[in-house]
Amino acid sequence: MSDIAIKVQNLSKMYHIRHEERHRSIREMLTHKWSSLIHPSQKTKAVEDFWALRDVSFEIKKGECVGIIGRNGAGKSTLLKILSRITEPTTGRVELHGRVTSLLEVGTGFHQELTGRENIYLNGTILGMTKKEIDRKFDAIVAFAEIEKFLDTVVKRYSSGMYVRLAFAVAAHLECEILIVDEVLAVGDAQFQKKCLGKMGDVSQKEGKTVLFVSHNMVAVKKLCKRGMLLESGIKKSEDEISKVVDAYENNVLTVQTFNPFKIKEIDMVVQKITVNEDTDGVVVPFKPLKIDIEIEAERDINQIGIEIMLSHEDTRGVVFRANTQTIKNMDIRIKKGKNKVSCLIGDLSLCSGRYTLGFGVSLFMVKYYHYEEALLGFDVQETVIEQSCLPTAANYSHVYLDHKWMIEN
Amino acid sequence: MDEHVLIIEAGRTEKQYFRDIWRYRELFLFLAWRDILVRYKQTVFGVLWAVLRPVLTMVVFTVVFGKIAKMSSGGVPYPILVYSAILPWQFFSSAFAEAGNSLVGNANLLTKVYFPRIIMPTSTIIVALVDFFISFAILLVLMVFYKFVPSWHILMLPVFILLAFLISMGAGLYITALNVKYRDLRMVIPFVVQFGLYISPVGFMSSVVPQQWRLLYACNPMVGVIDGFRWAILGQDLNGTAFILSLVVSVVLFIFGLWYFRKTERTFADVV
Repeated sequence: MSDIAIKVQNLSKMYHIRHEERHRSIREMLTHKWSSLIHPSQKTKAVEDFWALRDVSFEIKKGECVGIIGRNGAGKSTLLKILSRITEPTTGRVELHGRVTSLLEVGTGFHQELTGRENIYLNGTILGMTKKEIDRKFDAIVAFAEIEKFLDTVVKRYSSGMYVRLAFAVAAHLECEILIVDEVLAVGDAQFQKKCLGKMGDVSQKEGKTVLFVSHNMVAVKKLCKRGMLLESGIKKSEDEISKVVDAYENNVLTVQTFNPFKIKEIDMVVQKITVNEDTDGVVVPFKPLKIDIEIEAERDINQIGIEIMLSHEDTRGVVFRANTQTIKNMDIRIKKGKNKVSCLIGDLSLCSGRYTLGFGVSLFMVKYYHYEEALLGFDVQETVIEQSCLPTAANYSHVYLDHKWMIEN
Repeated sequence: MDEHVLIIEAGRTEKQYFRDIWRYRELFLFLAWRDILVRYKQTVFGVLWAVLRPVLTMVVFTVVFGKIAKMSSGGVPYPILVYSAILPWQFFSSAFAEAGNSLVGNANLLTKVYFPRIIMPTSTIIVALVDFFISFAILLVLMVFYKFVPSWHILMLPVFILLAFLISMGAGLYITALNVKYRDLRMVIPFVVQFGLYISPVGFMSSVVPQQWRLLYACNPMVGVIDGFRWAILGQDLNGTAFILSLVVSVVLFIFGLWYFRKTERTFADVV
């Protein structure tokens, strides 16, 4: 018996991306077929090959806990999906020695209309347990979830906390040798996350399971894993001791972003460079400072303009925060001929973790914009666990944190 | 300790397919169990619903075709004639409709867990089969009420149930696979169910169809099943050639549905 648990050789996955909208309905397909019959020249079949994963190889020994990190779209999820057989690789080969359970989501297949007891069985089976195994672990699951009283209550009446606890409890008691976990710890409140993290640690250290762990939560990854792997654009960038890999990732977060200088013709100025937190290599952390530097080269002196920045959440595309030198701070910024550097410092960044875009604008007060672009540069606000606090740093927990107080009168 | 080794490669799933179905048999049963449980929990009438639907249809059809149109019943009480056709028809229509929506309705399972996808639509057909057996009890009540004694033919009934199952599987798998790809098929399903009711001999005997059209009519595989049910339960004549034609169409439909499902199955998680 070898001591290898997972052996991945030259694994690749290709998706076809159609640039014309794929037909999601028969009507669309027919209208498209029809129009291409009438105008045969319009037949544009731009299919692009996109490699979500390219030539990835690695080996994981039994009992190891390996963290996989990388930006969104680096291929982490694709890798997990292949390992859990949800999708097939295009080329390459994987050998898995031992029973595999993948946890890509907590509470997969939970049904609102069923009771806690029924859902334990259903969810356990979906995750690959046999009925006998569930029978055996039933009491442990119920105890871990702390829902004894509500076992025969329909799950839709559960509080969200109970729901998540139950779902995690089932998952935590899976019987398997290899556990594949994706970002599941990003649910529940801070206290619950701590409990999950503890249980995860037990699973790998005490129970000796092989764990493959994907997360944006660098603190959790560092805590749980000894070894790590960094993926970037579908390619394995590095594989090393976890702290080194995390460092490599954090240093790397913004270098992928390329900024192309552009000229605003109307006022003869060129925006040479815009950076986010240049001092810390572009790492942005919630509740820490955020500094935006804008380097401008002007062909002449420019007065009476407003420099504006916008922060938008990438998924929702709404501007979360906007600041203009003129309209908000009532400053008269004078750009001199030659090199200028305008900086904006936000002392305490109240954005929760997630992906944001930085926008940039130049305006003439109350008259017009010379330039306006909402998504100029993307940046990640890192997920961190801030000790002794319950500040919402989990991805998309909330977009912004506003300082507030609670009051109660009884 | 015997070690469990799993190899993943392109095209590998194909080779292990039937072994996988066996390994996931418990999931299959649990999914069917879940659907049955949920169905009878959510509706106020519960089990009554499985009975009420066919009975009301039977009453309406008996009045419309038997009393108003005064169609021939071949010497058996009209309600029994209608009911023996409603049984397989209702089984097919609910299996077809439920299977068609099963994968799209469980998209979150599809993208988060591996299992042989065929389990999903098949388990919904099992649910329809449970409904079928519940409704079947009413037939027995009707027989007692009209003092109708079936012949030995009734022993052959399981064969026709199997045939109905085959058709439901074939059509169900095909529509399921298509539905993942083209979402507006969801609208087509109720139409097919409605339309199918009119072109199948549910309210009347298939012998009312003019002789020269009988073979064409038998291309609807449900004609074979319904005629088979009436042959087994009521002892009515079975048109041999027409039945064999229906049988062939059913088998072809089943093979085609299975083939198409298997062909497109691998990409479900990427598309849904």
